Amino acid sequence: MLALDQVSLDIEEGEFFGLLGPNGAGKTTMITILAGLAKATSGRVSVLGSDVQVDFAQARRKLGVVPQELVFDPFFNVREALRFQSGYFGVRHNDAWIDELLDSLGLTDKANANMRMLSGGMKRRVLVGLALVHKPPVIVLDEPTAGVDVELRQTLWAFIAKLNKQGSTVLLTTHYLEEAEALCGRIAMLKTGRVVALDSTSALLKAASGNVLRFKIDGDLPVALLPGARVTGRVVQFPAQDALAVERYLAAVREAGLVAHDIEIRRADLEDVFLDVMNRHASPAVQKVAP
Amino acid sequence: MTGWQMLFYKEVMRFWRVVGQTVGGPILTAMLYLLIFGHALESHVKVYEQVSYTAFLVPGLAMMSLLQNAFANSSSSLIASKVMGNLVFLLLTPLSYLHWFVAYVGASVFRGLVVGLGVFAVSAFFAPISFVAPVWIAVFALMGATLMGALGLIAGLHSEKFEQLAAFQNFIVMPMTFLSGVFYSIHSLPPFWQTVSHFNPFFYMIDGFRYGFFGISDVSPWLSLGVVGSTMLVVSALALTLLRTGYHIRY
Repeated sequence: MLALDQVSLDIEEGEFFGLLGPNGAGKTTMITILAGLAKATSGRVSVLGSDVQVDFAQARRKLGVVPQELVFDPFFNVREALRFQSGYFGVRHNDAWIDELLDSLGLTDKANANMRMLSGGMKRRVLVGLALVHKPPVIVLDEPTAGVDVELRQTLWAFIAKLNKQGSTVLLTTHYLEEAEALCGRIAMLKTGRVVALDSTSALLKAASGNVLRFKIDGDLPVALLPGARVTGRVVQFPAQDALAVERYLAAVREAGLVAHDIEIRRADLEDVFLDVMNRHASPAVQKVAP
Repeated sequence: MTGWQMLFYKEVMRFWRVVGQTVGGPILTAMLYLLIFGHALESHVKVYEQVSYTAFLVPGLAMMSLLQNAFANSSSSLIASKVMGNLVFLLLTPLSYLHWFVAYVGASVFRGLVVGLGVFAVSAFFAPISFVAPVWIAVFALMGATLMGALGLIAGLHSEKFEQLAAFQNFIVMPMTFLSGVFYSIHSLPPFWQTVSHFNPFFYMIDGFRYGFFGISDVSPWLSLGVVGSTMLVVSALALTLLRTGYHIRY
C-alpha cells in the first residue's frame, strides 16, 4: 500500500504550517517519516538542512514532536519525565526551562504527580512539554487538540503562537479547521497520500466559492436539491455566488412545502474550502460506489 | 550527564523504584532453593570431595539469579515501553543504537550484579565459602550479565506482546539455566545428557563462575571463558544489528 505518493513541499523557517486531510490521508505517516520513526521507501526529508536518515541525530535535535497517541511512562512523575527527556538530548541544567514549560502549560501543581494519576487533558499537556523540553526550532503537533477541552486548547495555542512569534517553525495537523484557519499562514491538503492543495490560508479562502447560504428546516430536503447541499441534522448549507442562487434555493424549499428558519448568508470558511477540495479530488474507488 | 548516561540512569531507576519485586523477590526465591535442596540433599550428594553440597549450591544459585535478572531487566523494560507506547519518547531522541545498547545492557548488568551479590550475601551464612580465584568470579559475572542483558534486548525487541516474552523466559531461559549444573555436577549425568550439557552456554557460565570460588570445576575455566566470551560477542552483535536496523521499533 502506498501511504504517501509524490509529496514534495517546503516549509519555510518561522512558518505556521497546517497539514490537513481526512483520516488515512497520510498526515501521520508524513510526520512519522519526518521524525525518523519510519523510513520512506524512496525520497528524502530534511529538517533545517539535516537529512532525517543520514544526519538523524542533528535532525532530531531540531525537532520537537507531539505524538497523536496519549502515551506515558507509568514509573515516573511529570518532572522526572521532563528531566529524563531533556537528558536524552544531552541538555543539562534545564530546570529553569522545565519550570517555565510547566507554568506555561498549567502543570505546575502536577509536577510531582505520577503520570498514571493525570487526566487525559493533563497527559496531553505533558506530551507537549516533553516535545519542547530541548527547545527545538521546529515543532510538530499531530492532532494536539483531539479530545481536549476549551481551556487547554486556548492555553496551548497561546503558548505555541508565542513560540512561533519568537521564531519557531510549527507544523500542525488537526481536524478542527477553524483552528487551522485561525493559526496557519499556509496550508497543505492531503488526500490518499497526495497533496491536493497547497497555498496560503488567505489565498485558499479567496478562491472559495464566495458565500454560503445557511438555514434550518424541519423535514427532508427535496431530492433535486441534494447534490451540492451540505446537510448536518436540521442545518442545510449551499454555496451561493449571488442573490439569484439564494432566491432559487429558497424558492425550491418553499415549493416543497417547507419553511426555512434562521437564514443567514456568511463568507465561505476553511471548512467549505476543505470539503470543496476533497470533493473535486474524489478518489476513483469512491466514485465507483456512488450511484 | 550525557544522553546515554541519562537513559542508563532511567533504566536503573525503573527497577530500583520496585526494588522489593526486582531484587528482593529473586533473593527470596534463591533462599528457598538453598533451604530446600540444601536440607534435602546435603547428606546424600557430594559433588566435590572438599566442598559441602550447600556450599556447592551457593555460587550456582547466585549466578543463576544474576543471569535471570539481567535478562529480565532489559526485556521487560523494552516490552513494557512498546506495549505502553512510551518507547516513542526514546525513538525521537538523537541517541544512536550504540547508546541504546550500552544503556539497556548496562542497567541489566547492574541489576544482575545487585541480585547476584544479594543472593550471595544472604546465602553465605548457610555454608563456608572460599574465594580461590576472585578474578574469574568477576569476569564470569560481568560476561554472563552482559550476555543476558543483550539476550533480553533481543527478546524485548522481537516480542510484540507480554505472552511472547513469557514464552522466551519459560521455554528458553528457565530450562537452560536449570539444566546448567546449578544443582548438580554434570559428571553425575548419564553420558547422553553430559554431551547435551556441553552445548549449553549456561553450563560454562556457572562452571567457570564456580571455579573462582573453589578452584575446581567440571571443565577448564579457560574453555568456559572461550565459550562464554564468544557467545557474548555473537549475542551482542545480533542485538546491535537489531537496534541499528530498528527491528520491530522503527518501520
